[in-house]
Order: sequence, then C-alpha cells, then structure tokens
Amino acid sequence: MEPLLSLKHLKKYYATQKAVDDISFDIQKGSIFGLLGPNGAGKTTLLRMITGIFYPDAGEIVLDGKSFSPSEDIQKIGYMPEERGLYKKMKIGEQAIYLAQVKGLSKKEATEKIKYWFQKFEMESWWNKKVEDLSKGMSQKLQFVITVLHEPKLIILDEPFSGLDPLNANLIKDEIHALAKRGSTIIFSTHRMEQVEEICDHIVLVNLGKKILDGTVSDIKQQYKENIFTIQTEQGVLLRDNATFSVIKMQGGKTLVKINDGYSSNDVLTYLINEKVTIMGYNELLPSLNEIFIKLVEDTHANARAFQNI
Amino acid sequence: MNKIWLIIQREYTTRVKNKRFLILTFLMPLLVVGLIAASIALSMSGTEQRKVAVVDPNGFFKTALKNTSQISFSFPNNVDTNNYTKQGFTDILILPNFEADQKKDYILRSKKSMGLMLQESISNRINKAIEDRMLQKAGIQQNVLDSIHTAAQFADLKAYEDKGNSSKESSAGLAMGIGYASGLLIYITMFIYGAMVMRGVMEEKTNRIAEVIISSVKPFELMMGKIIGIGAVGLTQFIMWIVLVLGLLAVATGFIPSDVQQQVTALQQSNGQMGGQLAQASESAARIYQIQQTIQTANWPLIIFCFIFYFLGGYLFYSALFAAVGSVVNEDPQDAQSLMFPITMPLIFSYIITNMVTQNPNTPIAFWASMIPFSSPMVMMARIAYGVPGTVAYWELALSMGILIGGFLFTTWLSGKIYRTGILLYGKKITWKEMIKWAFKKA
Repeated sequence: MEPLLSLKHLKKYYATQKAVDDISFDIQKGSIFGLLGPNGAGKTTLLRMITGIFYPDAGEIVLDGKSFSPSEDIQKIGYMPEERGLYKKMKIGEQAIYLAQVKGLSKKEATEKIKYWFQKFEMESWWNKKVEDLSKGMSQKLQFVITVLHEPKLIILDEPFSGLDPLNANLIKDEIHALAKRGSTIIFSTHRMEQVEEICDHIVLVNLGKKILDGTVSDIKQQYKENIFTIQTEQGVLLRDNATFSVIKMQGGKTLVKINDGYSSNDVLTYLINEKVTIMGYNELLPSLNEIFIKLVEDTHANARAFQNI
Repeated sequence: MNKIWLIIQREYTTRVKNKRFLILTFLMPLLVVGLIAASIALSMSGTEQRKVAVVDPNGFFKTALKNTSQISFSFPNNVDTNNYTKQGFTDILILPNFEADQKKDYILRSKKSMGLMLQESISNRINKAIEDRMLQKAGIQQNVLDSIHTAAQFADLKAYEDKGNSSKESSAGLAMGIGYASGLLIYITMFIYGAMVMRGVMEEKTNRIAEVIISSVKPFELMMGKIIGIGAVGLTQFIMWIVLVLGLLAVATGFIPSDVQQQVTALQQSNGQMGGQLAQASESAARIYQIQQTIQTANWPLIIFCFIFYFLGGYLFYSALFAAVGSVVNEDPQDAQSLMFPITMPLIFSYIITNMVTQNPNTPIAFWASMIPFSSPMVMMARIAYGVPGTVAYWELALSMGILIGGFLFTTWLSGKIYRTGILLYGKKITWKEMIKWAFKKA
C-alpha cells in the first residue's frame, strides 16, 4: 500500500544547530504513528515542516502521492501543537467557527460540524463562554475538536493528553482510534512511552536531529530484547546461575533470568526440568519502550546537547 | 486572499464589538470639548484678584489704568513700598516722574509675583499712555487721538495668497490650527493603533495561537490581516468622530438666536462687502460670519483627503514595525518597551518638527521632514494646511505620497520577514541586530 506521507531526506539547519539532519520515513494510511524523541531532538521542527510552517532546507515531503505544497494541502492536515493556544477573550463558538473557516470550511459547514462535535463531547453549554472561563483540560478538549473538525487526512497531535484527567484522556484516546478506523492517519508526538505502547502501530525515534529507530512497536521490542525471562516456581525454590542462564533478581516465587549466549529458551526449560523444578509460569520479558528510549538516548548524551557552529 | 479577509473580519469585529471601543468613540469628543470648556472656564474665573496701588506723581496714568476683572487700580497718596501690603494691596506700581522724550523705567513690586500675561497687559497700557502723552505734547488734540484709537481697533490684517491671476484670502491662524490638530491627531492615533497592533501580535504569540493559525495561513497573511483589520477600526473611529463633531456643531448652531442667524445669512448674501450691513449686524452675528469666512479659506476636501491618506499611510508604515516588535517579544513587557524605543523615537521627533512647521511651513527641515516617511504623515499635514499649491507644490505632495507608499511597502516586507521568524520563537530575548539579520536573510 502506498504511504500517505513520506519524508525523503529532510534537512533543516538553524544558525547554531542541525535541527533535522537527513530524516526519511513513511507513514501508512490509517495508521497511528508515534514520533518520539527527547526534548530538543527536532520533533517540533519536523512537525512544523510537515504542516508547512517551515520550508525544509533540503529533501522532499510527499503527501497522498503528490509533492507537498503548503497552500493546497493545508486543509488535509489538522495540527494540534504542543503549546496550545486559543484566543482567551473570544467566545468559544465564534472562535471554533473562525478557526474552521481559516482551514477552508464554509461558515455553514463549520457550524454544523462544531455542533456535532460539541454534542458528542457534551460541550454545548460552552458556546457563549470565553476560553478564559475554561479549565486547562477543557480547553484541551476544545483544541482537539478544533483540530479534527475539518476531517483532515493527516492529524498531527503533539502531546494530546497533557493536562487531561484519565476520563477525558480515554475519551480522546477512543476518538483517536475511531478516527484512524475511518481512514485518518495520525501522527502522535510525545515522550510518554506507556501511551505510545498503548496506541501506536509504528514509531520513529529521533535524537539530535537524526532518526535512530524506525519500526512497529512489536518489531522494535523484539529487536531490543535481551533474552530476559521470568520463571515462576513454587515458593522457596532457589535457582542458581548455571550454563544456560544467570539470575538477575528473585522475588517471591518469581525469578528474573538472562539466558546466556548460545542457549535458547528451550535449553533453560530442559535444564529446569532436569533439576526437577516445578514450573508454574515461563514468560519472555520484552523491554518496555521506555527502557529502549532511555538506553538509546542516554548513549548519545542528548541532554547535554550543546550549541555548535555549522 | 479569502483567508486574509477572514482575519480582517475577526480583527475588526472583535474590536468594534468591544465596549471599550464604543466608550472611547463617544467619550473622546466629549472629553476634548469638555477639556477646552474647562480650560476656558478656569482661565476666566480661576485667577486671583490683584489690588494694585499706583504711585503716579504726575497723574498722567489715571485714565490709562482702568480696572479689569482681574486687576483693580487705586491711586492712594500715602502708600510706599514698605506699607502697601498693610494697606491691603497686593502690588505697588511706581511710575516715574514722567517727562517727555525721556526713557525711564517703572517698577512693580509684589508680595507674590504677578503672572506674565498680567504684567504684559499693565505694561501695554502704560506704554500706550506714554505714547499718547508724547503725541499730545507734539500738539495732537485728545479728541483726535480718541477717534484714531477707535478707528484703529476695527482694522484687521487681511492676508491674501496669490494664485496665478486670482488671489484668495488666506488665514495663517486657521492653517496653523488645522496643521497642528491634524498632526497631533495622526501622532496620537499612530501610537494608539500601532500599540494595538503590537499587543495583538503579542497576544497571539504568548497565547500560542499563532502556531495553530500559521499552520493554516501564511504568516504574512496573518500579519497583514491584523494590520488592515485594526486600521479599519481606526478609520471607523475617525468617521464616527467626524459625524459626532458635525452633530455637536449642528446642535450648537441650534442655540444661536434666530435674529442673529438671519443677520448672518444677510451677511452671507451681501458677501460681507457692504459696510452698512456689517455695521448694522450685531457683534455676535459679525463674529459668526467672520468665523465662517475664515473656515471657508481652507481647502477642506483636499485636507480631508490628505488626512485620510496620511493617516492610512503613516499607520501602515508604523504598524508594520510595531507588528515586528510584537512578534519578537516574549511574555516580558519590559522587552517590548526597549524594543519599541527605536520606533517611538522618530514618532516623537516628528511631532516636535510638526510643532515647528506649523509656524514655518517652508524651511528646509520642513521640506525634508515632509518627504521622509518616518515624519511625512505629520509634517506634510501641517504644511498642506497652508495651501496647495501655494505652500506645498503639487510635485512635492505627489513625491511625499509616493515615498510614503514605497515606505510602507518596504516596512511591511521587512516586518513580514521578522514576524515570520519571531512569532514561532519562544524563550529567547531578541535584539534589533538579530531582527535585522532575519529581515535580510534569504527565504
């Protein structure tokens, strides 16, 4: 299947640093795509290029089979930036209509769609209120509605759950899944790894302006697994290091082991059976994305990213 | 184009619907009228009474020094500089033992120093009395002198301005008034609306809504939409003020008694030429007629057209710069202050030049200041009031307008580039040097 969006060798250099340095990846239609990276990795710059706010210094963006042109394709994109903003003094209904019109909807279309979404999220009573009367979570919901209102093919959400209580976060999460099912493609940028594992099909990790990881969540976990297994036994059974594995940690009836190089998980089972240990559970422990993230980013000392002259 | 229109609409309607706009629109003319009325009332009633004891050994000045609402003169015998306060006087005026063709100073001593205006009015009277005295000594009769004085009071300087083969009455006072008022109005509105543009841009930036909108429209469209929208608000306000002032004038003329009005129309019909009509008319009718005549000396359609042109041109020129400043400011209003300085300086400087130009419209400074777009909106208005093509040649006006159009195209282009970078940049304090670098950096 042809990807909805593909980035080809994108580059964006600022005066003091390479914000995006030769990044390429594809995003499949209807997928929920996670764009991850530590602070200052170049995520926002990348998103701003995809939304047409910045022009790339080099490289190409292909959207829906055609080279991306900001003036024509803007309506196909819905962007919710990390730093959320609305006019504080403007009435919410008017504001939503205005922002939808700026996206290219007619006033009539905009009003109908806003009414639909406001009803869905139980926001009808907000129509004549001002944004300054809303709580942070409420304005978050409003911003989400404004982002998806014009039914964009590509929805870009930068940290969509920050400031939301679990109830509203679930509401938005369900909506993200529903939108994806209806054919929208979603780019989801965050540093909250547990959300990524839960929601995203495919992720890319950027750091220091470069792509360092690209794949589906399960593939990546397989790729970075360290052959760690949990063995559940009866209480009081003591497992010791041996040729097949070494013990990392024991707690209650659970033992965390790392299989030694050259042995498979079946070798461990054979060993345990020979030792007459009663096995009650045997699982591979895949690394969490969080661990992978920390491992990859720490190695590069990204926290200490210094300004450099180029 | 369609999107710019949406932005203009939003900027316009949210501001015009705002209560503050309505209050400012209706209160401002009332405030101005009230201020003028209050200052007149204050100057009429608020001053203190002075009681002046006059030591006049020859008794020449008794007739010249007449009591007024503010000063009463007395001529007691036994008063001197030591005891005048004890006798209840506020000042003592000691006149010399006057002999003709001799120059002698006279002395005023006061407990509290007298205002300059009062001092001048006293010295005018005394000098006149001395002059009369000298004329009398030269053999002119008192009654001849009196008739000369009364006749001289009616005469007025009528200045005419030659235009080809026709000449037209001109009024320097009116020209000065128009020039000053329109210069001041443009100066004030430049500040009000320029700052409004700047605050609007800052609001969008600090609210972070700029990023949402810029993902839908070009930064330049957002900036221009805001500038045009707020400019339209300013124009609306001016139109409402003009309507309001005309309305107030109509109401005011309603208070003029009908017989006076009839006399004024009679004067208008006779073109004010027949001495008989003017003499017959009451003093107030004559004054109204004269005011009308003076007002008619100005070329109002041209002045109003130029005013709107220079208001819009100057507004576009300066508001683009204000927008650029707004786009680089972060939350700290102090940054805005220091960044605004290079913009407010030429504005204030132009205002000072305008004040000079209202009195001397033809100096080289006046000419150059009316060409440079930083000052031309104010300075040119001050010069235009003196007459086109009399004081300002047509080519000068055309050149000044052309430069202003070029100027605002340049500032909007420049600011557009600064704005585009600045509006999305957070946290960093920006200097003018960096802004200039962005402006001239290639796209």
